[in-house]
Amino acid sequence: MSWIDIGPVGDIPLRGARKVRTAMGCVAVFRTGENQVFAATDTCPHRGGPLSEGIVHGTGVTCPLHNWVFDLQTGQARGEDAAITTFPVQVRDGRILIDGAKLAARSAA
Amino acid sequence: MTQKLVIIGAGMASGRVIEHLVETDPDAFDITLFNAEPRGNYNRIMLSPVLSGEKTYADIVTHDDDWYVAHGVTCRFGEAVTRIDRDAKVVEGANGPVPYDKLVIATGSAPFIIPVEGKDLPGVITYRDLDDTNAMIEAADAGGKAVVIGGGLLGLEAAAGLAERGMDVTVLHLMGHLMERQLDEAAGYLLRRDLEKRGITIRTQASTVAILGEDRVEGVLLEDNTGLEADLVVMAVGIRPETRLATDAALDVGRGISVSAQMQTSDPDIFAVGECIEFDGHLFGLVAPLYDQAKVLAQSLLDDGAAFVVKDTATKLKVTGCDLFSAGDFAEAPGREDIVLRDPGRGIYKRLVIEDDRLVGAVMYGDTADGNWFFGMIKDGTDISEMRETLIFGPAYQGGDTADPLSAVAVLPPDAEICGCNGVCKGTIVDAIAGGATDLGGVRAATKASASCGTCTGLVEQLLQVTLGDAFEAPAVQPICGCCELTHEDVRRLIKSRELKSQAAVWQELGWTTPNGCHVCRPAVNFYLLADWPLEYRDDPQSRFVNERKHANIQKDGTFSVVPRMWGGITNPTELRAIADAADKYNVPTVKVTGGQRIDLLGVRGEDLPFIWADLNKAGLVSGHAYSKGLRTVKTCVGTDHCRFGTQDSTGLGIKLEQVLWGSWTPHKVKLGVSGCPRNCAEATCKDVGIVCVDSGYQVGVAGAAGMDVKETERLCDVVTEAEAIDVTIAFVQLYRENAKYLDRPYKWVAKVGLDWVKERVVNDLDERARLIAAFELSQSIYRRDPWAEHARRAQAFQPMADLSLEAAE
Repeated sequence: MSWIDIGPVGDIPLRGARKVRTAMGCVAVFRTGENQVFAATDTCPHRGGPLSEGIVHGTGVTCPLHNWVFDLQTGQARGEDAAITTFPVQVRDGRILIDGAKLAARSAA
Repeated sequence: MTQKLVIIGAGMASGRVIEHLVETDPDAFDITLFNAEPRGNYNRIMLSPVLSGEKTYADIVTHDDDWYVAHGVTCRFGEAVTRIDRDAKVVEGANGPVPYDKLVIATGSAPFIIPVEGKDLPGVITYRDLDDTNAMIEAADAGGKAVVIGGGLLGLEAAAGLAERGMDVTVLHLMGHLMERQLDEAAGYLLRRDLEKRGITIRTQASTVAILGEDRVEGVLLEDNTGLEADLVVMAVGIRPETRLATDAALDVGRGISVSAQMQTSDPDIFAVGECIEFDGHLFGLVAPLYDQAKVLAQSLLDDGAAFVVKDTATKLKVTGCDLFSAGDFAEAPGREDIVLRDPGRGIYKRLVIEDDRLVGAVMYGDTADGNWFFGMIKDGTDISEMRETLIFGPAYQGGDTADPLSAVAVLPPDAEICGCNGVCKGTIVDAIAGGATDLGGVRAATKASASCGTCTGLVEQLLQVTLGDAFEAPAVQPICGCCELTHEDVRRLIKSRELKSQAAVWQELGWTTPNGCHVCRPAVNFYLLADWPLEYRDDPQSRFVNERKHANIQKDGTFSVVPRMWGGITNPTELRAIADAADKYNVPTVKVTGGQRIDLLGVRGEDLPFIWADLNKAGLVSGHAYSKGLRTVKTCVGTDHCRFGTQDSTGLGIKLEQVLWGSWTPHKVKLGVSGCPRNCAEATCKDVGIVCVDSGYQVGVAGAAGMDVKETERLCDVVTEAEAIDVTIAFVQLYRENAKYLDRPYKWVAKVGLDWVKERVVNDLDERARLIAAFELSQSIYRRDPWAEHARRAQAFQPMADLSLEAAE
């Protein structure tokens, strides 16, 4: 793993999300009401809706376009045979770190 | 042979070390005990009862002077250690050096002081030791206002103690809910409620930027520019290990002094214990692990191999009447499941977190009697698969058969309480059913059961079913979503009647089954709260759909559309130039005139939104709210200004209406039209509110539709003056805001309540009309402002938080 600092956790509102631009498209970084942080592809596999614009509830997010709901812990869509790719993240000393190796692996794939 | 043992710090951990040593082998060591405080070991945990006046210092002394004498401990109290000389094996105190064979560092922790201006003013104190406590007691005797910075364990105990001593206390907490490290949001809400009942003001998400005052503290300034008066500021934001001596002596120090499982530092003759250490990445602040460490350290000093292991710890708050318990790990994580029990009537919340058939965490509020039983299961890793269904009811319920809910209700004794709000027991309800109350409404009317908070409705229905058998048909109610069992109407009613003023209050009091709702219920609850409590509750962007959060409509390709407001559909060359310039500057691919007489710029990139808004703002253009469940547009014709048929100034009325109504949030979008004559060029008769001007005045119609359904407005009333037309319109919109279900357009709502019901309140009852107008104005005092201008100031939030396009490609 190679952890990359993407910013302070306070930059994402509770129950909110922000985007991170990467070589292979945007990654959405979510912060739940309980202050957990998750990262996943920003693009809904259904019609490409930006998940970082969705409503974050519990540990899920609802796509703003057609209300597909994804579990941020697994990436699995609820009630659909679809999933988004999740990326390891951690919060250390108030900063969010994302796993660069996994991002790179995705861009190589 | 007796060795020389020097201990730096006479706190609870080192006190326990000495106890173990003198019990096990009193002759092994010749002990010298340094303490910077001018006193020995006392029970620091009990400082809160001292602060609140329930105990005195004498009550909490653990080791008095006689004890130290009896056990031959040489005390150097009130003397700070200045240096450890490892080569000479000497500790240097202010009054002279002491040689050691073994050294124990037990310097504890120091309060964390937030680095803001004014932090050193007299009147700003921390909460750590007896001197701090006495300083607070002295300040409280003078009365006045206290601000406690930090809503954790220590801060809240300080706040409660100061309130007990008669101060007017405000707690500032940076996070979203109190004690976020020990409690989840629901338990944090209950704690807040109980503290507020004692007159303590709680402000969450409150970031202190400065402490104000000339010669001593006078107030606190928050990030949102709120100023709070303060005669006393207590800083209780956290602690950090006190490692200075160890660092100076070049011992290994991470966040705390690094120790092995034997409590040994990087120097084999130096040990450390308590809050100053770091072991295996952990820091320690609660007493239980400190006592474990003390025991291990005593054994290490006596060469009796022992090892410290980190165990889960449980937390309790020492504020009388606030009963909370938290243990283990209760964060959500893959593979974890929650069991939640809420009893709104009694203010009880319990949550168990289960992983692999084992209990890993527990949070309880209101009833913590079973806390230690759960804590035992967490520590022991007990397999709970057998008792999973009844686990949350505690040990009293274990061992019996797990039964279906109906038979569980059937076996309840007649004096079992069903409705906690109204104190109605099972026997009373069964009697009422036998007496002819054969449905929920009948039981409610006869007994008041389920007539208050409604959470026992399910139980009452089960009783009906058990008592009546197949003769009972459970009514089909449509709950808002899977998160709760209540309808929109019930939730609205309960938010008003029970004065629920926060989302956490709704989730707890109305028995939500999810931590913070979902995309269906949360936007609705957010609207209901802001409509009913405009001053107490503020719109929550995270509970809004994307369009309302972004103040722009998202398009299918992820770009947005921007529609500036044109009051009554009137514009001018300056505005048009500004729009044209913006369209050029931001490469807007499509510019369209809308049905509501506005200009729509389609295809703007999300990152550009704050900049295009700022440009439009400069020309005097504000948000057109083309994205909101709120007032959209007032469409007008040219009225008497230019048209030969116009009977009244329809354009002027439209502009006035739009200026009154803009910015308001409503259950669904609201569109108005004002036509200057019955030819109706503004198509007013298919709007939510449509006014048609006639020679004798104004015909006000409501509840029209021209979307999925097409429907002509119904006549609400005819009025003579323009002012009354405006009053009636405002009152109608406010009545709709107060009563309609979220996402019901006015025509759907009017169909449910009936036009006569609306007329009675808006047209006939002039007092009610005045109340509605006043309530609308109160809400507009908050919301009648341009969201674009506010968002344009924080453009950063619209940009990606980081750009890794280079790094990720490596």
